[in-house]
Amino acid sequence: MDFELLYGIVKIILIATTPLVFAGIGELVTEKSGVLNLGVEGMMLVGAVTAFVTLVITGNYILAFTFSILSGVIMSSLFAFLVLILMSNQIATGLALTIFGIGLSSMIGKNYIGTPIEGLSPWFFVIFSFVIVFFISYFFYKTKAGLILRAVGESHNSAHALGYGVLKIRFCSIIFGGAMCALAGSYMSICYAPMWQENMTAGRGWIALALVVFATWKPGRILIGAYIFGGVSILQMNFQAWGLSLPGQFFNMAPYLATLIVLVLISSNKLRVKLSAPASLTIPFFKGR
Amino acid sequence: MIKLYKLLLLSLTFFVFSLGSAYADPKKVGFIYIGPPGDHGWTYMHDVGRKHMQSQLGDAVTSTYIENVPENADAVRAIRKLASSGHDLIFTTSFNYMDQTLEVAKEFPNVKFEHATGYKRADNVSTYSARFYEGRTISGHIAGHMTKTNTIGYIASFPIPEVVRGINAFYLAASKVNPDIKIKIIWAFTWYDPGKEADAANTLINQGADILVQHTDTFAPCQAAEKAGVLAFGQASNQEEFCPNAHLTAIEDIWGPYYAARAQAVVDGTWSSEDTWDGMAEGMVVMSPYNTKLMPASLIQEAINMEVAIKDGKLHSFEGPIYNQAGELMVAEGEVADDGMLAGMNWYVQGIDGELPQ
Amino acid sequence: MNKFIPIIISRPQSSNLMNVLVPVIAVILTLLTGSIIFSIMGFNPFFALHTFFISPISTSYGISELLVKATPLALIAIGLAFCFKNNIYNIGAEGQLTMGAIFGGGIGIYFYDTNAFWLLPLMILGGAIGGALWAMIPALLKTKFNTNEILTSLMLVYVALLILDYLVVGPWKDPLGYSFPKTRQFSESGRMPLLFAGLRVHFGLIITLVLIFFSWFIFSKTIFGFQLKVSGYSPTAARYAGFSQNILVYLAFGICGAFAGIAGLSEVSGPIGLLYRDISPNYGFTAIIVAFLGRLHPIGIIFASLIIALTYLGAEDAQLFMQIPAAVGFVFQGLILFYLLGADLLVNYKLEFNK
Repeated sequence: MDFELLYGIVKIILIATTPLVFAGIGELVTEKSGVLNLGVEGMMLVGAVTAFVTLVITGNYILAFTFSILSGVIMSSLFAFLVLILMSNQIATGLALTIFGIGLSSMIGKNYIGTPIEGLSPWFFVIFSFVIVFFISYFFYKTKAGLILRAVGESHNSAHALGYGVLKIRFCSIIFGGAMCALAGSYMSICYAPMWQENMTAGRGWIALALVVFATWKPGRILIGAYIFGGVSILQMNFQAWGLSLPGQFFNMAPYLATLIVLVLISSNKLRVKLSAPASLTIPFFKGR
Repeated sequence: MIKLYKLLLLSLTFFVFSLGSAYADPKKVGFIYIGPPGDHGWTYMHDVGRKHMQSQLGDAVTSTYIENVPENADAVRAIRKLASSGHDLIFTTSFNYMDQTLEVAKEFPNVKFEHATGYKRADNVSTYSARFYEGRTISGHIAGHMTKTNTIGYIASFPIPEVVRGINAFYLAASKVNPDIKIKIIWAFTWYDPGKEADAANTLINQGADILVQHTDTFAPCQAAEKAGVLAFGQASNQEEFCPNAHLTAIEDIWGPYYAARAQAVVDGTWSSEDTWDGMAEGMVVMSPYNTKLMPASLIQEAINMEVAIKDGKLHSFEGPIYNQAGELMVAEGEVADDGMLAGMNWYVQGIDGELPQ
Repeated sequence: MNKFIPIIISRPQSSNLMNVLVPVIAVILTLLTGSIIFSIMGFNPFFALHTFFISPISTSYGISELLVKATPLALIAIGLAFCFKNNIYNIGAEGQLTMGAIFGGGIGIYFYDTNAFWLLPLMILGGAIGGALWAMIPALLKTKFNTNEILTSLMLVYVALLILDYLVVGPWKDPLGYSFPKTRQFSESGRMPLLFAGLRVHFGLIITLVLIFFSWFIFSKTIFGFQLKVSGYSPTAARYAGFSQNILVYLAFGICGAFAGIAGLSEVSGPIGLLYRDISPNYGFTAIIVAFLGRLHPIGIIFASLIIALTYLGAEDAQLFMQIPAAVGFVFQGLILFYLLGADLLVNYKLEFNK
């Protein structure tokens, strides 16, 4: 195989995988603090449409990404308010957030479908996705704040007893997750496939959720997992183009099956699970008696 | 005296006219869409057709649509809602509305139904589709001349006859002018996923394709071609504004005249159940303006001549001899594939590599 | 200063008054928000709300459609209650529904030219088994390997959908269907009988009601129901009381999967009549919301399924009669859910001001 071809394949994999890394690392931080947000897809869509519409109106890329991230912050604050303050069920609220996000993004983008824009080069964001993963990794394992965040996800009662503001920390983690999901969405509508179309994230939010588990809640592994997911999908396209026939459905199944296998492998070793999965995931915290 | 007479006549005419219009209520025409009308692909072109019908028939019709109707049990309710709210003619514009359309039609014998791309009819259900493959023949001819790498990338959605027909028609025409041509096909198994369509486009370009053909819904492949500096054909609508330096031409679905004619038939009371499969001759399949910046004038002229030949019936997309991949003769020399064979086409013609996913 | 900040106090028992009052408050809030949104959009709010909530069910056909839509939601939600009560977060009902449709529907396709009384019962059984088997995977992984069921069950949804995809595109394709991705139609005796001529509400509704009653009986009258509840509150206590948590996990998943499978089968053999790619508009996911809105209680789930079903129908009517895009329906639905979920606080907790 010649180098040129290989280089091209790697480039395509990098571009295609970056949104998974952003959404995955965002959701990972949220989950590490003990909150499961199933609204990833909804937040990505709102982020994507906000960036696109802002860009069409202002023509300014920086504004587009800023507003997009802001939209993720607002969407996730809504979620945080419901699950942290009103203590609503996280799973149901996350699903409702996705429904809401699908509707809201289509509503906002109604008149912008098919508006041509000048796409932005993806490479800054591809590099940034690596930087953010290393930053989060550093934050978790080398800083006190990261340790506290993990402690909150592990046992909110102990963390509270030690005097840490559980809700405050969770709120910040949820918002970070929202911002990253929105960034993933805006990357899609501005760099990856520069356009706005309803539901254009096409299920990537759900893959990001799988990714967090696949990564066993470890930031570095988000990268590995995302690149396996993205790589499998691009490689099967290459196989097809080379004339090898393989049922596409089974290739599409691969990320999910791989996640299942990893889940089984990591959880069959009880010690390792204890070290990775946040023990308080989906369990609400309330101060009162 | 004459003046008075004229005035009387005028007011009488006016009276009769207003009476007439008061009694002849406008016919209501309803549409069921699979996607949003702004998708710049399949649904968009149906909505363009609806607007054309509206402008042609003016006050004689009013039109409504329901968008994003899923292709499951919900479709029956949506279609029935149109039928029961006084619609006289209902177009259901996606294949998987077939059984649902028939189910509602049985219950509303006085309402006329038109189902796009299906094959089941009833006394009050017509079917209609377009011979998009005629356009593929012209794209294939152009691609055969324009390619430098002799490699064409084809992004396909699902292995249904509609898509397979397109691939075969394209390859037959392309290999006729350029026997060395190779066609690389990626089945995306989706109609709609801009990211995946872009991935497929980039993969094909990376594997040496210098012209992209798509049978999926968004303009992502065309954009990818523009970025990579290769050529592409648009799908369903003219996509030149999204990729001015890549867009050779596009196969446009023009539903407007058909919609106007069928609505007119309902207004006139002459509607009957029919099976329509129209192509270029009837104006249902139209090639977008050929890109003069990219194509030599002689090739554009050839393409236009081919259009005329197809319209006149002198050129057919599937002229024998045609062999399948196993080398079996499917269409004999001097014959053309009949509509039955085209409708159920689930094999590749000889020369295409790879296996058709079954 | 602290005087004015309310403190959230957990109620020892969920308040009965609030149980009734909260949904009412949520509905009132939704109506208020709705009127504001529609006024801003330039619609008469009364007309809009009427279109959304009244006009879809103003005919017998409309009510029948409401039931058609609510049937799978309620059936899956009550199955989910078995899991959720035991703190088992099975969110893969959509996959179990799909497997039920594949197993039961597969029987229907195999006997496509057979008309016999036993066909439908066999298909229903197949649906239940398909759903239950699919649910056994996360159950097995949870008990054997301690694997988190939220994620395994979610992953299996996509695997099931792709298996269905493979079958209808490939081996189960209708040989007379011009290669379109759909199967043959089931024979007449493989279809759910209609309850009223001309209306689509079908026998699946009766099955659902029977199973809801059955569930109510189990929840409130049997030891198993008690065990579910106890082990949900405190697994340790349950262990001391001699319950095998593993058996509870298998039972909860099995029942939930079977119910979802039956829901899937009743959808394909009811209004659809064959298999193709998009058999369910996310019933399995929407049912999770229904289950929580209904507070895992049979009566609550019935009401919740009707409310959610109504929001779907309302969104369609709003499109048709007000030319409101489908998306607005989703936004509105999301808002209703937020209010209902958020208002739960008042049921389980009370606010107290420092004295």
